[in-house]
Amino acid sequence: MIINHPLLGPRDSAEFTYMGDASLIDRPDWKNPQALTQFIDYGYMRDNPAGAHCELWYHEQGDRSFLVVTRDTTTHEIFSVELARDVARSRGRST
Amino acid sequence: MSQINRLSGGKIDRHQILNFTFDGKTYQGHPGDTLASALLANDVRLMGRSFKYHRPRGVLTAGSEEPNAIVELREGSRQEPNTRATTAELYDGLISKSQNKIGSLRFDLMAVNDRFSNFLTAGFYYKTFMWPSAFWEKFYEPIIRKAAGLGSISLKDDPDDYDRGFLHCDLLIIGAGPAGLAAALTAGRAGAQIIIADEDFSFGGRLNSERFTLGDQSGSDWTGQTVAELSSLPNVRIMARTTVLGAFDHGIFGALERVSDHLLQPAPGKPRQIFWRIYTKGSLLCAGATERPIAFENNDRPGIMLAGAMRSYANRWAVTTARKVAVFTNNDDGHRTAADLHAKGVSIAAVIDIRPDAPQSNDFEVIAGGQIINSRGRLGLKSIDIALPAGGIRQLSCGALGVSGGWNPNIHLTSHHRGRPEWLPDIAAFGPPAKGPAGLRVAGAAKGDLTTSGALNSGTEQANAWLKDLGFVPTAPDLPEAEDAPISITPFWFVKGCKRAWLDQQNDVTVKDVHLAHQENFVSVEHLKRYTTLGMATDQGKTSNMGGLAILAELTGKAIPEVGTTVFRPPYTPTAIGAFAGRDRGTAFRPTRKTPSHAWAEEQGAVFVEVGMWLRAQWFPKEGETDWRQSVDREVLATRKSVGVCDVTTLGKIDVQGADAATFLNKIYCNGFAKLAVGKTRYGLMLREDGIAMDDGTTARLAEDHFVATTTTANAVSVFRHMEFARQCLWPNLDVQLISTTEAWAQYAVAGPNARRLLQKIVDPEFDLSNEAFPFMACANITVCGGLRARLFRISFSGELAYELAVPTHYGDAMIRRLMQAGEEFDAVPYGTEALGVMRIEKGHAAGNELNGTTTALNLGMARMVSKTKDSIGSTLSERSGLKREDALKLVGLRPVNPANPVPAGSHLMSKGDPVDAAHDQGYVTSACFSPNLGHFIALAYVKSGDSRMGEILRLVSPLTGFDHEVEVVSAHFIDPEGERLRA
Amino acid sequence: MRYSGIRIIKEALTDHKGWTPAWRDAEPQAQYDYIVIGGGGHGLATAYYLARNHGAKKVAVLEKGWIGGGNVGRNTTIIRSNYLLDGNEPFYEHSLKLWEGLEQDLNYNTMVSQRGILNLIHSDAQRDAFTRRGNAMLLNGADADLLSTKTIQKRYPFLNLDNARFPIKGGLAQHRGGTVRHDAVAWGYARAADQLGVDIIQNCEVTGFRIEGGKCLGVETNRGYVAGGKIAACVAGSSSRLMGKANMRLPIESHVLQAFVSEGLKPVLPGVITFGAGHFYCSQSDKGGLVFGGDLDGYNSYAQRGNLPVLEDVCEGAMAIFPMLGRVRLLRMWGGIMDMSMDGSPIIDRTHIDGLYFNGGWCYGGFKATPASGWCYAHLLATDAPHEFARAYRFDRFEKGQMIDEKGVGNNPQLH
Repeated sequence: MIINHPLLGPRDSAEFTYMGDASLIDRPDWKNPQALTQFIDYGYMRDNPAGAHCELWYHEQGDRSFLVVTRDTTTHEIFSVELARDVARSRGRST
Repeated sequence: MSQINRLSGGKIDRHQILNFTFDGKTYQGHPGDTLASALLANDVRLMGRSFKYHRPRGVLTAGSEEPNAIVELREGSRQEPNTRATTAELYDGLISKSQNKIGSLRFDLMAVNDRFSNFLTAGFYYKTFMWPSAFWEKFYEPIIRKAAGLGSISLKDDPDDYDRGFLHCDLLIIGAGPAGLAAALTAGRAGAQIIIADEDFSFGGRLNSERFTLGDQSGSDWTGQTVAELSSLPNVRIMARTTVLGAFDHGIFGALERVSDHLLQPAPGKPRQIFWRIYTKGSLLCAGATERPIAFENNDRPGIMLAGAMRSYANRWAVTTARKVAVFTNNDDGHRTAADLHAKGVSIAAVIDIRPDAPQSNDFEVIAGGQIINSRGRLGLKSIDIALPAGGIRQLSCGALGVSGGWNPNIHLTSHHRGRPEWLPDIAAFGPPAKGPAGLRVAGAAKGDLTTSGALNSGTEQANAWLKDLGFVPTAPDLPEAEDAPISITPFWFVKGCKRAWLDQQNDVTVKDVHLAHQENFVSVEHLKRYTTLGMATDQGKTSNMGGLAILAELTGKAIPEVGTTVFRPPYTPTAIGAFAGRDRGTAFRPTRKTPSHAWAEEQGAVFVEVGMWLRAQWFPKEGETDWRQSVDREVLATRKSVGVCDVTTLGKIDVQGADAATFLNKIYCNGFAKLAVGKTRYGLMLREDGIAMDDGTTARLAEDHFVATTTTANAVSVFRHMEFARQCLWPNLDVQLISTTEAWAQYAVAGPNARRLLQKIVDPEFDLSNEAFPFMACANITVCGGLRARLFRISFSGELAYELAVPTHYGDAMIRRLMQAGEEFDAVPYGTEALGVMRIEKGHAAGNELNGTTTALNLGMARMVSKTKDSIGSTLSERSGLKREDALKLVGLRPVNPANPVPAGSHLMSKGDPVDAAHDQGYVTSACFSPNLGHFIALAYVKSGDSRMGEILRLVSPLTGFDHEVEVVSAHFIDPEGERLRA
Repeated sequence: MRYSGIRIIKEALTDHKGWTPAWRDAEPQAQYDYIVIGGGGHGLATAYYLARNHGAKKVAVLEKGWIGGGNVGRNTTIIRSNYLLDGNEPFYEHSLKLWEGLEQDLNYNTMVSQRGILNLIHSDAQRDAFTRRGNAMLLNGADADLLSTKTIQKRYPFLNLDNARFPIKGGLAQHRGGTVRHDAVAWGYARAADQLGVDIIQNCEVTGFRIEGGKCLGVETNRGYVAGGKIAACVAGSSSRLMGKANMRLPIESHVLQAFVSEGLKPVLPGVITFGAGHFYCSQSDKGGLVFGGDLDGYNSYAQRGNLPVLEDVCEGAMAIFPMLGRVRLLRMWGGIMDMSMDGSPIIDRTHIDGLYFNGGWCYGGFKATPASGWCYAHLLATDAPHEFARAYRFDRFEKGQMIDEKGVGNNPQLH
């Protein structure tokens, strides 16, 4: 597969390490009264869609960026690639 | 006489004679020949035996779709089983043998199977060999296994090299027949970067096999001229002997180039083959078409081949299989074979055309509406029986028969992404799926354009479509006038009533087998394939699948497209495993990482051990030491007595910098780092988010905004990855930067009572190493040896007064030499990973065996380290009930009750008096060693509620290695439990 | 009809006219006691044991395509019970015992070939881990044998023992391990289940569940509604998609695993051998092809096909330990969908919906589990209590922190 890195252009997926569902960005707040339940859901439950899937790829043999790749799991077609850091910020992860 | 079946003409070099052998007999051929064409020229029709019935087999095709003529090529360590004689290029000295036989090829003892074929029908083995049950393993199965399989391998290491390479282009053209060449000309002239690849050693595809003219040129002249022009274009890469074998995601294709397979052996320094990964923006499949046979009774004898192949042998290789031949066809193309062979002076017994309105000929007899209903000839065709349209049977003698049932587009690559082929009624064949791999277009016969003119035009059209998409200006090459005969075909797959009519000639699947499968409800095409093994032979059903589908269609009363097809899978043709591995074999299988002291350690005669990718010194044997334990015991004792030095460079080192570095580490480690003072080091335990211990190590604070975290050797990469995840995905706004500096610093542990005195000789005098100025867990940026920048950490894995000294990697070799020199007066020893392990077990430090991915802080006896007053990765999920069981495993020490006994790692522990079984398991030994200080074996172990069982005697069992004795649960801190030494 | 050598002779002499369908193509009835969704190995085995062990009468297996078309039809055919953890080992050992009697039980020769499985050891730490595992196997009543390098050299002289990057330092063998003719498992269970009255319904896709008041009443299919007393999902790689129709999310990700087969060769490899320092394992089929595989491609996928990096990695592993294979040709590669669970172990459990049960998350160990999975799932369905060998395979183990993590890699499904 080819991943079109937002900073570096098209790169072979072999340069990357797959890191799972991009929902891993949404780590629950440890102070929430439901934190334990939320962490169990966060850690273990997955949508696992057949179709568009937002997922993390780590450019380990490259610039070490974490990317959020939206990819069709039935065809492997890639729809978008973003820096995970930007996505995390846009989802309101501050500190 | 030599080469009695050689005709005139052909693309062979008659001036050169090549000698080769088949089954020990020497023959002659010419450059341009394949093994198959040369054998046919020498009147050898019998080349192999089939898989199950050991029926005699000859050539069926003239290409890579060959199921029958497969041989063992070469000998010794280069022996290649199952090599298709139809694609093996002849070279002088070629050695080949027939395979899958007992005795000689002519009198194969296994041919007895054919007599019993009625008992060995599809799937018979599922129904028998069950009684008596004990006989299967010892009796039936070995016989089956021995009978199965085709060729054999030498069991010797493959001596040849393979390379892997990467290529990039705008347009990849797969196949260099008329469509591919026209496309290449079109795109090449437009300036696009193109690669054109063909599996054949000679470009031209079917043009090499036909007598057609293109304009006023012969096909081969036009090909030559076109290839010459393409060669002159700098933007065109021409790859002959290159099979594009698979379409992968996003425009990546795999291709195998056979660099040296046409040679006796590779030229010095050259690989046998190169496996290319081709990255392309666009791709065009011009892979042509494969002819298919018609099934009739006993249609598998040597001499019966595809009509197009017969024509190829005559026109390209100037060979006829026999001097008198016949043709059996359902379409006009079959007549071409008769015409071409007639033109070469071969006698045509007749053309049997199933169509009552078949075209007639002045040159040979055409039996319109006739069908072949049987054949004769034990080891090769002698005659055929023809059912005449008017009734009656006519026997006709002939030495070869060309069969044409029409042509199937070679659409394999178009369905590598699981697209379902679409039925093309005009040619009664499957064409490319509507949705093939993105970016793959199809032209020529592969698309169903079976005429030369159609191929040329569609090649150009599709190339121009690509040019447009890629932003080039389309071109219109001056295509020559070419043959444009309409396709006239009457679908006909099998002669009615035939039974022992072969569909898959290699696997011996007959029409009868398909009937049986249907009768037993194996009616899905996948069931049919799997039950009968139809299409699962080395040719992957290229010539057999359609026949099976047609029969199934008739049996189920469906149309062929409703029956469906199985899915084509890569590779297009079988491909050597060595090619996919390239150079990554033997000691080059993976990179070897060497520490900065490696050369020095080699000089000391160190024994090395693989630790992940690293090679580390395991121990340093001295003269007279005959057993590794002697060396290790000596290293341990000398270190604990005076001082020892160990290379610990392989530990992961991560530089953590930034205003929020402390905040960040506070989240990464379960224990606190925010309040760590500058100049201090702290042990940190890192959890995975699921609450399981991930890694541990010390982290030093060199400045307010600068930490150096260390990881275990094994986890250096995964910990860094984990920290980057936390930094970028979880806390993107923290001001913190990470960089792995594992390779940047050479690091040495200096341990033992004299460690300080040794280091004082190395560290520049302005740095005070006294216990007061530089106490346990201190760290500092210092200089050594008169100004060399260095880092010093007072940390101890061994439990001794110890330091770790880091210098820039380039100084690593010099530093170990300097350290050992400075240590001479203290009898300093170098110690390896074994002694390191012994000392850490003596001290009760956990390492990889304890941090095994299933253990928690609680198990490690560090539950209190998990801070409840802050958020850190893993802290919440570590609260789950299952991770806090009352009888949780706890890390303890063990010592043998009888001091002579070992306490081997991997042993299990039982309570005294309990039965020895899994239900009563109390824990297991993680790490063990002989402690030279204590004079007996010691071990670390996880024991249920171990911390409250000190002094209890447990039963250690290792049925696997034969141990069963008593051990005592003790503290894991065998040496200096108060830690006085390391604070000294 | 009983299969036997005598029967074959009789049929051969009467032109094979007497062979009957291996299983009937049943029409879906309006109502069943048990509906098993998924006609793969596990589903068919479940139906068979429901009928055989529990006397279930009205059982249907609904298969959206053709039976045996999922992972039982595309795997590397290995059976073994060399597990470490208590939650797993008794289950897999039970499975191995069922394999050992399967031919007689089903009257179908699935070619259970117990020629052993050998896990190579390349480091001291690995030896410690394998020793612990081998002991766990023995303590659970399975067989295990720690082999020295010398023994290995003698038995497998073609292994790379001279210039290996990671030298072979021994191996853990399970001599009862081996391979099975995979398709035959589906057909054998189908035939045996059919003979006990189970309706096997192909080309019948479940499109939804009818759930009322927290109870599952039946399934909607492309061939109409079918009511069921108990509905048993057993669809491997389609688990998330199917259970999504009941609004359930699962602790599962679907990944692609590739496997490979070479051209047929005369016998070279006895048993199964796995490389301990890379991702590669290999055996030789009864037909002579080398069947081999390695690691997951490592990304979520339902595409049933993989890419080149894993192919190359696997072949590197092959050449690392078997340099004799250089000239052997790879014939075919394929990809299956693995339902990778969050701890690498499966789930056989009730769901929170009454009458709806789940079996899945087999990662890439599902084939060897087939008999025990069917056995234990049937037990759960019939008795509503977990079978003693499968009681650890619960949904709530993640919530409770009772993961069964053989590899120790945590909630990273792509690493299991």
